[in-house]
Amino acid sequence: MSKNSSSSEVVTIRFSGDSGDGMQLTGGQFSDNTAIFGNDLNTLPDFPAEIRAPQGTLYGVSSFQMQFGSRNIYTAGDDLDVLVAMNPAALKVHVDDLKEHGLLIINTDNFTPKNLKLAKYEENPLDDSALDKKYRVIKVGMTSLVTEALKDLELTAKEKARSTNMFALGLLYWLYERDMQTTINFLNKKFKNKPLIIDGNVKALKTGFYYGETIEVVKTTYRVDRAKYESGEYRNIMGNQGIALGLLAASHCNDIGLFFGGYPITPASDILHMLSNYKSFGVKTFQAEDEIAGITSAIGAAFSGRLGVTASSGPGIALKGEAIGLAIITELPLVIINIQRGGPSTGLPTKTEQSDLFQAMYGRNGECPCVVVSATSPSDCFEMAYEASRIAVEHMIPVLLLSDGYIANGSEPWKYPDVKELPKFKFNYAVENSEDFNPYERNPETLARKWAIPGFKGLEHRIGGLEKADKTGNVSYDPDNHHLMTQKRQEKVDIIANFIPDATVLGKTSGKLLVIGWGGTFGSIKSAVVKAQEEGLSVSHLHLKYINPFPKNLGEIILNYDKILIPELNMGQLLTVIRAKYLVDAQGYNSIKGKPFSSNEIFEVIKKHLED
Amino acid sequence: MTETIQLTKKDFSSDQDVRWCPGCGDYVILAQVQKTFPNLGISKENIVVVSGIGCSSRFPYYMNTYGFHSIHGRAPAVASGVKLSNPDLSVWVITGDGDAMSIGGNHFIHVLRRNIDMNILLFNNRIYGLTKGQYSPTSEVGKITKSTPMGSLDHPFNPPALAFGASGTFIARTIDKELKHMGNIVAESAKHIGTSFVEIYQNCNIFNDGAFSNLTDREVKSDNVIALEEGLPMLFGKEKDKGLILDGPNFKVVNIGSDYSIDDLIVHNPKDRNLGLLISEMTYDENLPVPIGIFYKEDKPTYDSMMIDQINKAKEKDIDLQSIIKGSNSWNVK
Ligand code: SF4
Repeated sequence: MSKNSSSSEVVTIRFSGDSGDGMQLTGGQFSDNTAIFGNDLNTLPDFPAEIRAPQGTLYGVSSFQMQFGSRNIYTAGDDLDVLVAMNPAALKVHVDDLKEHGLLIINTDNFTPKNLKLAKYEENPLDDSALDKKYRVIKVGMTSLVTEALKDLELTAKEKARSTNMFALGLLYWLYERDMQTTINFLNKKFKNKPLIIDGNVKALKTGFYYGETIEVVKTTYRVDRAKYESGEYRNIMGNQGIALGLLAASHCNDIGLFFGGYPITPASDILHMLSNYKSFGVKTFQAEDEIAGITSAIGAAFSGRLGVTASSGPGIALKGEAIGLAIITELPLVIINIQRGGPSTGLPTKTEQSDLFQAMYGRNGECPCVVVSATSPSDCFEMAYEASRIAVEHMIPVLLLSDGYIANGSEPWKYPDVKELPKFKFNYAVENSEDFNPYERNPETLARKWAIPGFKGLEHRIGGLEKADKTGNVSYDPDNHHLMTQKRQEKVDIIANFIPDATVLGKTSGKLLVIGWGGTFGSIKSAVVKAQEEGLSVSHLHLKYINPFPKNLGEIILNYDKILIPELNMGQLLTVIRAKYLVDAQGYNSIKGKPFSSNEIFEVIKKHLED
Repeated sequence: MTETIQLTKKDFSSDQDVRWCPGCGDYVILAQVQKTFPNLGISKENIVVVSGIGCSSRFPYYMNTYGFHSIHGRAPAVASGVKLSNPDLSVWVITGDGDAMSIGGNHFIHVLRRNIDMNILLFNNRIYGLTKGQYSPTSEVGKITKSTPMGSLDHPFNPPALAFGASGTFIARTIDKELKHMGNIVAESAKHIGTSFVEIYQNCNIFNDGAFSNLTDREVKSDNVIALEEGLPMLFGKEKDKGLILDGPNFKVVNIGSDYSIDDLIVHNPKDRNLGLLISEMTYDENLPVPIGIFYKEDKPTYDSMMIDQINKAKEKDIDLQSIIKGSNSWNVK
């Protein structure tokens, strides 16, 4: 192994194969096992938008990457230490990401003339010594070994071949000295009513494991030591899971019903799936006829005293725009979640991007300011979903929570909270039968209006999308009133800065360069900045979770650095907002390739900015 | 939910000035609804009136109940959220032909399909009033308006037929001028458990005056309208001398007298699906009278009640939040 990868502190591996090869499941199993083993980790699933892309093609390749190790891990890793390639197309697409002398594990059974042709190989790369020169290659006929091992089971040839992914997993478990039990438990649960399938998969898993043990080809085993964590209770969590749990906790711990209205869309649908399993907590999920009905039903629910939530991705949020305006003028508590993906239009449904910040900030008719917060990692999703809910009900305002495809499907260990210790929301309920009730009278500190819910006696009132008269909420076309209400809606957003935490800097609080990021780029920026700091460079990192309004101290912090760098997976959206707001000559670094930054890439940019 | 104090029409009138054009059919509908509500046995705070956009959609502002004037076409979806959040509420949707049949067509069909317990009153004036007179999805072919100077080309929707096709469980029609009839139909629709749909022919005296005059003018209306009553033969005409029989699969008008007697006429049964379909389809047939009354009704479980059933069933398992947060694969770091 090269010097670079011989350090067993951190390892990056990638499973890749055809979309039908079960790579996501294999990767998910390996990451759960890794987390329980006690490594820190970060994952990056990547799959085609087509559910069943034609077999064997380059665009049908699905992969699951993961970085794990004994120190803190912030990204899914850049260059690979291990690549598992289940077919020629996977090899073609991914092999260049493998480090020199990295471990390349290949299922040779799939290197048929047909597959080679589909992968656009003129010659079989396995026949060529180039691979062996550059990498440490393990060629295994996985499918035939599995088929042989399962010959006594009454399964079809297809069913036998399908457990080949378990062979690959077993081999990796052996390589990293893991216990197979978590996966055996998983298989027992998943195929509860299909004992033969369980048998087949477990056998395939063990065959892979023992293959590693027996065959001489694999000479070294690796052991990555456990990471040092703060003490506490941990689990592995995916971003969308974190959001669903955060919403559930917000509802349950604050005794407010949760209503979720949504329409299926990649990569947000999992939130709907997960919440629909929490009916025992009274959670109501409504799969609406379209995106607009998703949000408007949630608005109806908010009017009726529930925490109204909708979730979508960019195209769906575009459809919801008018309704977001309605929620803003009716001043109802609503959480709108955008799991960003590549745009414009249908764009790249399964790839990540940060290009909906402008949409969140400005994408509506009229002067229509919306609170915008953002999650930085899978485990942060819980906290930010809880926060978004808190702000929505305490301030009687819609809150847009931004996540992205990388965070949504990625996973990492999460030190989960004791639910009894979660902060309690302060509600603004109106008092029944109050003589002088006015729907648009405001709390002097938050400017929130009172929540008078249908069923409350003596508070019957009407709200709607027409401009409201101050206090009474009656329809008003008065010019001065419109100006006043426009200001109030803005002020109501701005004032939230008094109720959110200050921004914090990772590193020195002044210096030559401050790197500002938001959302899913957290890991790559942080790794790059830490590396630069270790090399003695004067650079710090600030990752924004609150974007509208910004934390109160942001302007001051910015003044303490000579230069500001804002890397984003868009054309410079936060950059524009920050330049406009603070009149600072911040510089952007932008990439729109549907994938996260690599930390090396950011590191190089940091160096360049410090040299100039 | 029954009030001990008997409410009156006044209790349901808000303090806002009504701003429809003088003479608009919406006034009488408002008055009739305000008159009907006190008799529903539902207290004011438990009633929510939701609307979309259009002349009719100003309605909630004039009702002294909870009200929500939402955005164009979306009232059924907003109302779905209201009802599902609190099934104890009596939820009303006020909409128009543009609002429900055009921009909100999708929500309209889906709420009917789900059978969420709410009442939809569609004021059909066959024109866009608020935007000043374009043809609507219920305007007749060839309608000359500002946007169709040579006449409109599209075929109109027949709202009850659309509701029928969307699996509506209560489908009815009434006319703004028929006050008593309207009151009865609105009250019946409130009683129905499930989505009730009532089309109200409404005269827009500014942009489409007289659209329904053949159904409302004293001299001709009896010959052009048939009021359907459960259990009664399908009889109409000024002299009550005409009726409907089935001629093969179709309705046919016959004269009562030498060839036919009342006993030959079809007796209206709103629970009969086949009949419901035929009645819904009658509207644009020039050889047949225009039906009003309850076309069809059906008892069917509502989405809201089934949602509650699922939640109650799920609650039988006692799962605590902490264990969900913990998940099935957690570990402890010392
Ligand atoms: S435009 Fe027509 S429908 Fe609208 S208020 Fe005037 S008369 Fe009524």
